[in-house]
Amino acid sequence: MSTMLRTENLTYSYPAGEENEQPTLALDGVTLAIKRGSFTVILGHNGSGKSTLAKTFNAVLLPSGGRVYVDGMDTTDEKLLLEIRRRVGMVFQNPDNQIVANVVEEDVAFAPENLGVPTDEIRRRVDDALRTVGMEKFAKHAPHLLSGGQKQRIAIAGVLAMRPQCIVLDEATAMLDPIGRSEVISTIERLNRDEGITVVLITHHMNEAEHADRVIVMNEGRVAMDGAPREVFAQVEKLKSIGLTVPDTVELLYELRGAGCDLPLTAITVDECADAIAKCFGKSAKEDD
Amino acid sequence: MNEIIRIENLTHTYGEGTPFRRSAVENLSLDIYRGEFLGLIGHTGSGKSTLIQHLNGLLKPTGGRVLLDGEDIWADPKKIRGVRFRVGLVFQYPEYQLFEETVYRDIAFGPTNMGLTGAELDRRVHDAARFAGLDESLLQKSPFALSGGQKRRVAIAGVIAMEPEVLVLDEPSAGLDPRGREELLAHIRAYHRERGNTVVLVSHSMDEIAQNVDRIAVLSDAHVLMSGTPREVFARADELVAAGLDVPQVTRVAMALRAKGLPIDPAVYTVAELKAALLALRKGGAVC
Repeated sequence: MSTMLRTENLTYSYPAGEENEQPTLALDGVTLAIKRGSFTVILGHNGSGKSTLAKTFNAVLLPSGGRVYVDGMDTTDEKLLLEIRRRVGMVFQNPDNQIVANVVEEDVAFAPENLGVPTDEIRRRVDDALRTVGMEKFAKHAPHLLSGGQKQRIAIAGVLAMRPQCIVLDEATAMLDPIGRSEVISTIERLNRDEGITVVLITHHMNEAEHADRVIVMNEGRVAMDGAPREVFAQVEKLKSIGLTVPDTVELLYELRGAGCDLPLTAITVDECADAIAKCFGKSAKEDD
Repeated sequence: MNEIIRIENLTHTYGEGTPFRRSAVENLSLDIYRGEFLGLIGHTGSGKSTLIQHLNGLLKPTGGRVLLDGEDIWADPKKIRGVRFRVGLVFQYPEYQLFEETVYRDIAFGPTNMGLTGAELDRRVHDAARFAGLDESLLQKSPFALSGGQKRRVAIAGVIAMEPEVLVLDEPSAGLDPRGREELLAHIRAYHRERGNTVVLVSHSMDEIAQNVDRIAVLSDAHVLMSGTPREVFARADELVAAGLDVPQVTRVAMALRAKGLPIDPAVYTVAELKAALLALRKGGAVC
C-alpha cells in the first residue's frame, strides 16, 4: 500500500491572541504516515492537537514547521492547493455550518460545480454520492428539515461528489445522537471497505475506534500512542494517565483481570467481550453445578 | 415525596392546520418530585425538547396542563415571567447565547432582570460561578476569550444565579470531550447535593444518565415509555433496544452473557456491578 498522507516533524502554533500572550504550540513534532485505503482513528482530549492535525491534511492550516505531503504533494506549494483539496475532503463537527444550498442535491453539487465539472458528469456524481450515503430519496428535500445524522450524510455526499481519495472527519459525530452517530459511522465504514477511500476519523468516542485499522492517540501536540485498536486499548493505565477513558468493555476486562481472571484486554467489542467472559466464567459456572 | 411539577395529559401539536401537522408530545403525564435528580432520555424526535420548553412556559400546551407547586402555570398568563425565574432552563449549546462584555455581567443578567442589586446580586454571581466550576479570575474576562467548555459553564452559571427551584439542562455535555463531560457533571451533581434543588438532566447518552440520576423517564414517540430508578429501567433493556434506544455498554455485555446462559441479574448496569456479579459466579474459587 502506498502512502496517502505523510507528515514530517510537523509543528503548528496558533498566533497569540493578545500582545502579552505566547503563541500556543498545538502540534509539536508529529511524524506519521497514513496508508492509502486505511481507516485511522485519531483520539485525544480537547487541546491535544487532534483537530489541528486534521486541518493540516488538506491545507486548511499550513505547517509552522516541518512538512505535510498529500499523495506526495507538499501542502505549502500554493500551485498544488486545488489538487490537494480535491484529493482530501473534510467533514466538520456542526452539520448546520456546512450546508450551503436550499435543496439537498444542489448542496451536493456545490463542490463539483466549483471544480468546473461538466453538467452531465455532475448529475452522475450527485446521484452516485447520494446513493452511497443512502440519501437518494431526499435529493429534492430541504436540508434544514433533516436530522443531524442525515445532514452529516449530506455533507459527506458533498465531499464524495469531488471524488476524493481520502476523507477526514473532524469530530463529525460529536453533535449527533446515537442513531445519527451510527448512521454516519456505518456510512464511512462502507466507503472505506467498498470504495477504498482512505478515512481519517477524529473523535473522542472510544467505541467508534472498534473497527479501525489503526488508532493514533494525541496528547500535548504529539503522538502518544499508535497501533491497532486492541493494542492501544489494552494499555489501560497509559490511556488513563493521558486523561482518556477506555471503553467499558475493556474497563470490565481490566477489573476482572485485577481480580485474578485470565482474560485478554483485546476483546473490545460487546460481542468479543461477552465471548471471552462466557468462555472463562461459563466453565467455572458449570464446575459449580 | 411530593411533586414540584406535575404534567397532566400534555399535548403539543406543531403546524396545526398545515400538511406538516405533527404532535411532538401527546397525552403525556409525568411528575417531577421536589429535590430529585431526574434524567430525561429519548432519541431525537422523541419529544424531549418540546416537553422541557413547557416546564417554564416557553411553549404553551395545545392540550393538557403543567402544574408548578399545584398551580397551572398558564392560569394567569401575565404571571408566566415569574415561572421562568422558578424553573431555569439551560438550552443546548448555551454558549451561543453569551453576549455581555464580562463573564460577571453575563452571569448577573438573569438575577438583574429579577430586580436584584448590590450585595445579593454579587453573592449570587459568585455562588453561581463556584457551582459551575468557574475560577474567580475569569469573572472580569470577556466570555468570548474563554474556551468552549468554560463558555458553557458561564451560560449554566447564568441560570443557576437566578436560584431556580428547578434547574433543567438540555444536553449540557454535548460536544465536550470525556474529561470535560465528567467535570461538568461533577459540578452539577455537587450543585444538586448542596442546594437540594430539583435537577432535570436531558441526555441521549444512557451511560451519562445511568451514572448521575436518581430516576429516569424514557421518552419514545411523544409518550413516556417507562420511568423508574436506573436499575428498574435498565432491567428492561430489551424493551429499550426494541424502542431504538441506546443502553449502556455494560448492559449490552450483560445481555449477551445472559443469552449465553450465564445467570446475570438483568438490573446490572455499571462495570463495578457486573464485575461483582461475575465474581459471585466464581464462588468456591473455581479457576478462571
